[in-house]
Amino acid sequence: MTDETYTETVDEDRRDFIHIAAGAAVAGGAGALAWPFIAQMLPALDTRAASSLEVPITDIPEGGEIRVLIGGKPFFIRHRTAAEIAAAESVEAGDLPDPQTDEERLVARADGTLNPAILVVSGSCTHLGCVPVGPGSNTGEFGGWYCPCHGSHYDTSGRIRKGPAPTNLPVPTYEYNADGSAVTISL
Amino acid sequence: MSGHESTYKPGTGIEKWIDARLPIVRLVHDSFVGFPVAKNLNYWWTFGAILAVCLVTQIITGIVLAMHYVPHVDMAFASVERIMRDVEYGWLIRYIHANGASMFFLAVYIHMFRGLYYGSYKAPREISWILGVIIYLLMMGTAFMGYVLPWGQMSLHGASVITNLIGAIPLVGEQIKIWLQGAPSIGNATLNRFFSLHYLLPFMIAGVVILHIWAFHTTGNNNPTGVDVKDEKKDTVPFHPYYTVKDGFAIIVFLMIFAGFVFYAPNVLGHADNYIEGNPLKTPAHIVPEWYLLPFYAILRAITFDIGPIPAKLGGVIAMFGAIAVLFVLPWLDTSKVRSLRYRPLARQFFLGFVAVCLLLGVAGASNPDDIVIKTGEDTLRYEVSLEEAPEALAVAEAHHGKIVSSNSERVIVDFAHYEDAVEFAEASGTTAEATVKHHGLTWLPVAQLLTFLYFAYFLIIIPLLGLIERPKDEPESIADSIHKSNGSADAVAAE
Repeated sequence: MTDETYTETVDEDRRDFIHIAAGAAVAGGAGALAWPFIAQMLPALDTRAASSLEVPITDIPEGGEIRVLIGGKPFFIRHRTAAEIAAAESVEAGDLPDPQTDEERLVARADGTLNPAILVVSGSCTHLGCVPVGPGSNTGEFGGWYCPCHGSHYDTSGRIRKGPAPTNLPVPTYEYNADGSAVTISL
Repeated sequence: MSGHESTYKPGTGIEKWIDARLPIVRLVHDSFVGFPVAKNLNYWWTFGAILAVCLVTQIITGIVLAMHYVPHVDMAFASVERIMRDVEYGWLIRYIHANGASMFFLAVYIHMFRGLYYGSYKAPREISWILGVIIYLLMMGTAFMGYVLPWGQMSLHGASVITNLIGAIPLVGEQIKIWLQGAPSIGNATLNRFFSLHYLLPFMIAGVVILHIWAFHTTGNNNPTGVDVKDEKKDTVPFHPYYTVKDGFAIIVFLMIFAGFVFYAPNVLGHADNYIEGNPLKTPAHIVPEWYLLPFYAILRAITFDIGPIPAKLGGVIAMFGAIAVLFVLPWLDTSKVRSLRYRPLARQFFLGFVAVCLLLGVAGASNPDDIVIKTGEDTLRYEVSLEEAPEALAVAEAHHGKIVSSNSERVIVDFAHYEDAVEFAEASGTTAEATVKHHGLTWLPVAQLLTFLYFAYFLIIIPLLGLIERPKDEPESIADSIHKSNGSADAVAAE
């Protein structure tokens, strides 16, 4: 064979660069690939598309309510009696656990006027998400809704008055149609 | 899989051929046949093998159920009923699976309390213990998701309560919740992914179980004295046949109890509400998780007050996860050098107290926080009326033995001990307001709060302190020594 010896010169900087560049490419690639696998668990397009609903309000009897599910979430549309409206308006907002006046919990019609007869609220108790019971069953100590899970009482404006729930039943985003005969609720 | 020298001797040519290429027979032999085990293990040590049987049972019955179950909100409930009624032996397989979950947790709790009592979590077995806690966490996740699959009322609303907990995390909680649910609420997307993960997690458990066994086969099993093996000849016996037979006997007894539930009380551990199809518009009156999660549910609900900047709801979630997290650091919280509580008389008392606290937390979790534990007086009827409606209310109340609790210029609250008095009061004052029944006594809430405090105090105060102040009894010289002593002298037997 041959006596020739080979001397190898190692360029450390060059190797480091290749190591770091390769490592960064793998990490970046893994991260980029991970995102689709995380994002696939987000609500799908059809789920998101089904996130608003038009509800006619003319058929709701006075003192009654209808309950709808939008994207699986319950909402209450209540036709309040004059006494219920008066009860909701007479409360001093500052004394409440989550201060809000009744007016702040209503949305104006297309002509800018309020319709205190119709109250739209979320149907998930703000404590742990149970569905409160209402007219026809048990309206609790304040005439609105009562959550049977852990005893939260809501008034006729959907405001928390007693029990473990921390906040009022949220008012969803909704608007009246042109003639005021229906509301469109969106998540 | 063991730190111990291999005792496997391939006999035939085929065995030698395999052993040179894939020594799997050697691995099994060294792990479960020739593996030396302390000779003094008692029946509390059989729960490891019992748990292996539970896992295999759940996987086999689960695979079968998945052949018939339909993970869709419109069909899930009906498909489970079809399994119960129409699928050949479907009722049996489903009842084994459903009760198997309970038996699995029963066994794992005994296994964990055994580890606590005999100090199996201490050096050098910290990693075995931590892997065990990971298995326990995976079990809870698997059980929770499995409970959602039948899509009954308790499935749906239980899942809703638990996923809402995630919403308590500040800033990102709501987004994470929606991401987990795959929709604004629990729905078909949630059911699908829970089914997928419920199928996956048991195999992850099986993987961690292998690591768990590997870890304590490296350190060697703990034993009731907590004393290390000093002389393998004197202190140990091979796993087979000594412990295969002992474990086998325990498994048979355990399976008899298991069968008792499956055949005679298959629904006693479940909730009737879950035989009503899930309805997102109607919440069951009393949402409770399965029995094995009740202590944590009690801890969750015990935090009803804000802790500094942490709101009560988040505080409850932190306490609940903290109750499990504390188990991870237990090996470093214990300051005692003695492993087994046999030689720690003071620690033993506290341990028994801790077991009682855990059981009572379970009862608290099953109870409504406002229910009365200890009654201090008769129920009264409470009237709350405006004075404008009933100007003479005060006078009437006094006239009818009512007790005025408080009154201001507008409202008066009157408590009555007898229903008749309340009716008379209502008629006389001309009000129609309904009376509410008021109970008098100690409610579950403060009890659950005390128990929660004791649970954490055991790990964070008592265990660290005991090791410093307690004077333990003398440990035996060796495992063999402990056996000879207890066989040899009546005194030693009595002292056990």
